[in-house]
Amino acid sequence: MIEIAWSNFTPWSALAGGILVGLAAASFLLLNGRIAGISGILGGLLTPLKGDIAWRVAFMLGLLGAPAVWLLAGDLPAIEINAGYPALIIAGLLVGVGTRYGSGCTSGHGVCGLSRLSLRSLAATLSFMATGFITVFVIRHVLGV
Amino acid sequence: MKYSLASLFAGLIFGFGLIVSGMANPEKVLGFLDIAGLWDPSLAFVMGGAIIVGVVAFAVARRRTLSFLGFNIKIPSHNHIDKRLVIGSLMFGVGWGVAGFCPGPGIVALGAGEIKAAVFVASMVAGMVIFELIERNRAKA
Repeated sequence: MIEIAWSNFTPWSALAGGILVGLAAASFLLLNGRIAGISGILGGLLTPLKGDIAWRVAFMLGLLGAPAVWLLAGDLPAIEINAGYPALIIAGLLVGVGTRYGSGCTSGHGVCGLSRLSLRSLAATLSFMATGFITVFVIRHVLGV
Repeated sequence: MKYSLASLFAGLIFGFGLIVSGMANPEKVLGFLDIAGLWDPSLAFVMGGAIIVGVVAFAVARRRTLSFLGFNIKIPSHNHIDKRLVIGSLMFGVGWGVAGFCPGPGIVALGAGEIKAAVFVASMVAGMVIFELIERNRAKA
């Protein structure tokens, strides 16, 4: 049986945040004609082509600057990172290699790919969701970390 | 210039969305991925909200060849599900489950000044460099 953590359940802020993410992807698509896939935008900076750098840097600066701009209006919600440094390094390497090999992450495949009803992105999303669930299960309930 | 400004705007709004939704908080993400513990289904609503808007945006984009700023609309056309796609995504999911970070939230948390997010993002970029080096070697072979 699945037990719901009602005290942590925040459907309205999650929905509102999701709509903002959708609006960001929509404006990127309708203004610049591109898919807002974060791993792809970042990864493209590693093999830079002429004229293909500034907009990628600008998108990254927007993401990086969001908390600072947010702070002008109020407090940031908590960011709790309980993973230790070795786990963060392993996680980062897997996310870096995996998203480039799989041509996308939660934004490119999950949000944009599912929005355009791409079977390819559906396969990718089901794959990373599956191993995401399995990994947390193994870490928390098998290894008991 | 227009192009980069629109990118900056999209990145900023994307970042706000990740902050509002709780995605920028790895503990919240792990609560969603922990289906066998006390499950927090909130993040399904993030995906839902984003996709509702996204479906409309792609329906509009599909009817156009140029964006509202006059740039070519580049929507991926390949629909081939191959080994690279699946293996890469499976790997990504393991990394996501280990720390609770996917790329966007990692970068936003780094922007919030979290040292641990900096370590995650640096490792992620290192992973992307490793991928490029492997690809370059494959191309030579």
